[in-house]
Amino acid sequence: MSKNIKFLGLLLTLIIIFIILLKGLNVSKDYSNEKLKSQIDFSLDAKKLFSDEIINISDLFDKNSHSVVNIWASWCAPCREEHQFLMKLKDMNINIIGINYKDSPKNAKKFLHSLGNPYSEVITDNDGTKSIEFGAIGVPETFIISGKTNEIIKKYIGPLTSENLIEIKNLLKKNA
Amino acid sequence: MSNYLGNYSLYIALIASVYLIIKSYLDANSQNKYLDKNFILITSIQTIMITVSFFSLVAAFVISDFSNETVFNNSHTLKPLFYKVSGTWGNHEGSLLLWLLVLSIFLFIFLLNSRSQDTKYKLLTILFQQIIISGFLVFILLTSNPFKTLYPIPSEGLGLNPILQDPALAIHPPILYLGYVGTSIIFSASLAAMISGNIGDNWARHIKKWVLISWVFLTIGILLGSIWAYYELGWGGFWFWDPVENVSLMPWFCLTALLHTVIVLQKRNSFKEWTIILSITTFSLSMSGTFLVRSGILNSIHTFANDPSRGVFILSFLFFLILMSILIFFFNQNKISNVAKENFILSKETAILVNNWFMMFFLSVVLVGTIYPIFLEVLNGSKISVGPPFYHNLLIPFLIPFLIFMSFGPSLKWIKDKLKKFNYKILIIFLVSLLISYVILTKTENSFLLSIPLIVLSIYLLLVTIKDFFVSRSSISQKISHFGFSLLITSILLNGLFSNEFNSNMKVGDERIFNEKVVKLKEVNVTDVDNYKSLKASFEVTNKNSSFTLYPEVRIYQQPLTITSEADIRTTLFSDNFLVFNILKDDGYYNVRYQYKPFMIWIWISTIFIGFGGLLSVIKKNEQKY
Repeated sequence: MSKNIKFLGLLLTLIIIFIILLKGLNVSKDYSNEKLKSQIDFSLDAKKLFSDEIINISDLFDKNSHSVVNIWASWCAPCREEHQFLMKLKDMNINIIGINYKDSPKNAKKFLHSLGNPYSEVITDNDGTKSIEFGAIGVPETFIISGKTNEIIKKYIGPLTSENLIEIKNLLKKNA
Repeated sequence: MSNYLGNYSLYIALIASVYLIIKSYLDANSQNKYLDKNFILITSIQTIMITVSFFSLVAAFVISDFSNETVFNNSHTLKPLFYKVSGTWGNHEGSLLLWLLVLSIFLFIFLLNSRSQDTKYKLLTILFQQIIISGFLVFILLTSNPFKTLYPIPSEGLGLNPILQDPALAIHPPILYLGYVGTSIIFSASLAAMISGNIGDNWARHIKKWVLISWVFLTIGILLGSIWAYYELGWGGFWFWDPVENVSLMPWFCLTALLHTVIVLQKRNSFKEWTIILSITTFSLSMSGTFLVRSGILNSIHTFANDPSRGVFILSFLFFLILMSILIFFFNQNKISNVAKENFILSKETAILVNNWFMMFFLSVVLVGTIYPIFLEVLNGSKISVGPPFYHNLLIPFLIPFLIFMSFGPSLKWIKDKLKKFNYKILIIFLVSLLISYVILTKTENSFLLSIPLIVLSIYLLLVTIKDFFVSRSSISQKISHFGFSLLITSILLNGLFSNEFNSNMKVGDERIFNEKVVKLKEVNVTDVDNYKSLKASFEVTNKNSSFTLYPEVRIYQQPLTITSEADIRTTLFSDNFLVFNILKDDGYYNVRYQYKPFMIWIWISTIFIGFGGLLSVIKKNEQKY
């Protein structure tokens, strides 16, 4: 291969990488203030963690109010950290749906057993595809989803904080 | 006052930078034999100006001058003095100023230390280094000025994230930066050497020091970050494959490859182009690290404020530098004189080449895992998550051939070696390591097939590196670093194999039995300390013949409201007992996580060995023989 072709090839690659990264910058990372995917595909089927029963995702959501969806795993350390906040949400009778991401059912059950179970229902996501449907990029992530419109109202990447908790409370109160 | 001082010193530094760029460019094209005295003078003025600017920011933090926006956003009067000072670089603006300070100090030291080098080479190094410095100066002044003022002056600051109030983290960024920025000198010097055509054994000897220094700082910097994550985050692990951690690991792989290659260049005068490519790549990776962390393109616990204009600037600057270096590389390639040399399969050169392949492989895995999600999101909007399983699955199997190569590669001779070296001693060591591994593996219920060769080989390598202290003729610094590395791999494997934990909800007075130990929650004390409320628990851990007490803590900070868990860790030579607790609800129950982590301390000690070997090599004056 001649030197010029090598050079041009390298140059072209660089330009492509540059453009992609430049575009990547404009993809907002501040998901929490944006409707990422306006609607969730509710036709998905999923297996329940505790009963091994297959259900349709849409059955989990309350049609008249907002629900919280939390993606978690027993191996995920930050999930432990935010767990206390989920328990607080549970105490307020908020419908929290857990998606157990790439986890062994045994460990997941152990996790909930020792820390408490904040979820009204937990579905398993062994291969991580269901979390991707929600537009998640990792664990933990928390979504607030409107039961009426199936829209994502808000999204939190990473463990919830006490400030997030207040925000969620207010959001749910407004729409109650 | 300090705001103006800091701000205007930066402008003066920028003027100095522009002057030096023009002057060095002009002088490099003339045939001057000596370096103009002005260079040292102007460079020292620039360094002093940036130092003044940096310390005026430190002063603003110390006196809690809230007319400064950076101080207002990141400090608080109640913060202990030590963390006020470290708060200077605990934020975006301040950390960039620190980066700039190190850049200019390194150039200054470089100038003082390279008197004997060719003038044109020195001029060009100044030129490239000043291009980098001016880029950062413009970046700081345009998008991240740490001296923005506020009016009216707020009476209290917004505080610093308490998770950042940790001694390891206070010194972690400066040390890491010394490593990152050290690569900039290697980068500038490589380009300069490329143009002036003096790449060879002499240049290798001269640049090797800088490679070693950056490598030592980078190693220790990564270690400190890891220690911080272990003690402060309280997740019980030391490496999470977080993008920001990866970003510091990538230049490390590259620099490690360069460290070995530069030795070949010095001893055998070959691998010239490869050395230059590695130098350019190492710095590009350090810069990409800055880009990835500072632009907010990544999602990570470390990401700071997201400002797209900052990202665009660093990205453009990064690609400008890469483009410039590629142009220089391609159009000066013919200046490299490659004397065709016979290469033999069984030689130190080949062994180092193999080391480089492995480093490049590890680097690619981490690079793909870090960057690919960004690419995919842009290309088709899909989001994938890359976590520890990805890295473990791809990296761990390749450790096996890597460990095999490392066990004999370093003891090979230059040019050509014979096979007869593989004698009965090696066999004995191998049998001993088989035996030890057998004993170890019978004690664990973990029975992955992969862990058998890994444990055997890591122990084998450990024994070989110990043997090398008495037999091999290679330098002592190399022996220490290689020993450290094998110790690190062994400790990580044993730690992974034998760690276990229990997790339970307990209230005061409860007992749990774990690993033949009784863990009892005795009491929880609530006190008010400086700027937080403290809940200190005492857990009594009773063994058959001994007992000790652990005091983990939960801190509730008010500015801003944050709850952190401080783990209490009892460290012995053989294991760490790690206990952390969390508040669940207000019903008296606490969630308790108790972890038993064997050989934890050896992970830190071995990394210190690795770094110490490098440090020894920097300090050592006389040339080693082998």
